[in-house]
Amino acid sequence: MNVTIVDYNSGNISSVINSFKEVAKDSVNITVSSDLSKIKSCDKLVLPGQGSFKSCVGALNNISGLVDVLNDFTITHKKPILGICVGLQMFADVGYEETETKGLGWIPGKVLKIDNKNGEYKLPHIGWNQINIVKQSSMYNNIENNSHMYFVHSYEFVPEDKKVISATTDYSSKIVCAVEKENIFGTQFHPEKSDKVGLTLIQNFLKI
Amino acid sequence: MLKNRIIPCLDVKNGRVVKGINFVDLKDAGDPVEQAKIYSESGADEICFLDITASNENRETIYDVVEKTSKKCFVPLTVGGGVRSIDDINKLLNCGADKVSINTAAVQNPDVVIKSSKKFGSQCIVVAIDAKKNGDKWEIFTHGGRNNTGINAIEFSKKMEVSGAGELLVTSMDRDGTQEGYDIDLMSKISSQINIPVIASGGVGNLDHLVDGIKLGNASAVLAASIFHYGKHSVKEAKEYLDSKGIPVRI
Repeated sequence: MNVTIVDYNSGNISSVINSFKEVAKDSVNITVSSDLSKIKSCDKLVLPGQGSFKSCVGALNNISGLVDVLNDFTITHKKPILGICVGLQMFADVGYEETETKGLGWIPGKVLKIDNKNGEYKLPHIGWNQINIVKQSSMYNNIENNSHMYFVHSYEFVPEDKKVISATTDYSSKIVCAVEKENIFGTQFHPEKSDKVGLTLIQNFLKI
Repeated sequence: MLKNRIIPCLDVKNGRVVKGINFVDLKDAGDPVEQAKIYSESGADEICFLDITASNENRETIYDVVEKTSKKCFVPLTVGGGVRSIDDINKLLNCGADKVSINTAAVQNPDVVIKSSKKFGSQCIVVAIDAKKNGDKWEIFTHGGRNNTGINAIEFSKKMEVSGAGELLVTSMDRDGTQEGYDIDLMSKISSQINIPVIASGGVGNLDHLVDGIKLGNASAVLAASIFHYGKHSVKEAKEYLDSKGIPVRI
């Protein structure tokens, strides 16, 4: 099996690469690439994302033809894709970080700033928080409900259809922290930085 | 619920840990990768490396250390010490650091914070503030605590938040190395004035100091070095102690 981590200059992806390589060992071939033909032909994609919604969408659009290939991979061919952090957020129709920016539009919804309740809650939401698993999914095999995952974000994905939510986390409000819609998977938290539980989730994605 | 974090810090010089955990079964007590692994297995929520390499020709050693550690540790890794430019930050991130802490450069040239947080995202920019009390206020020190800038630490903290820092690592120079506990006043003043998380540092001598840093100092995370060295306390013990005091931790 070939899994490609999409390298589109979205910031620091070395931890994502390290964790996938650690889990994959020799059984899965992990490639890091922005090459359109490689992305097209692989079995699964990982879409990381750091920085702002606007800068990540901008970086995707900077690689000519990349968005079309991603649409084709995900929507037409329905092959599995995992978005991490801003990678997940970009599945939305629109994000409001810095300025209103159109997303990939794969899962209807918006990306909004987390309500910090007039300063009562610190932003970014940084650190280990527990996930409430709300959807049966093979992504959570061997992962207990209320497991800790590592978060760092100030914006949250608010999907229109609540049925796509696979896990939430409690902060200033109930925050959507994982989604699943057919072949599309996303985590707001960073499995690559979430110790053994995070690596288990990565393993589950590789097994899907 | 979001948990308070415990962050062990390792001083690294010329690619070697200066004061490390001295376990009998440890093959190489000076190896930062082994030390980081022990900490992460003991439940450390993040690992921090402070590069104290003095000579410029040996500065490259930290990149090798970060690269090796990030292949073995799957919790966030923060690296600081001698970070001067966007290029330094870029190199550390590419080697596998998740966050970079900026100290002297943030004071001398705040533009580095503005530009790096725009380029790499606020999530990976930690501004390290070394402060010392002078009368009824705190002043910023740079160059590892040697230079007094006279800059008001509280005002500077606010400025760093606006500049795009994702977190502040606040060290009391009065307490650092004393084992008398954090400067609670300093921590709580800064924490109440800004909206980004504060990591308390400097002065931890026992586990109650960690509790105070969070409960009284309102820190989101507590950083400590010496109490975890030489196996005085493990990170696991520290977490169990915090838990027993009603502080939310990841166990």
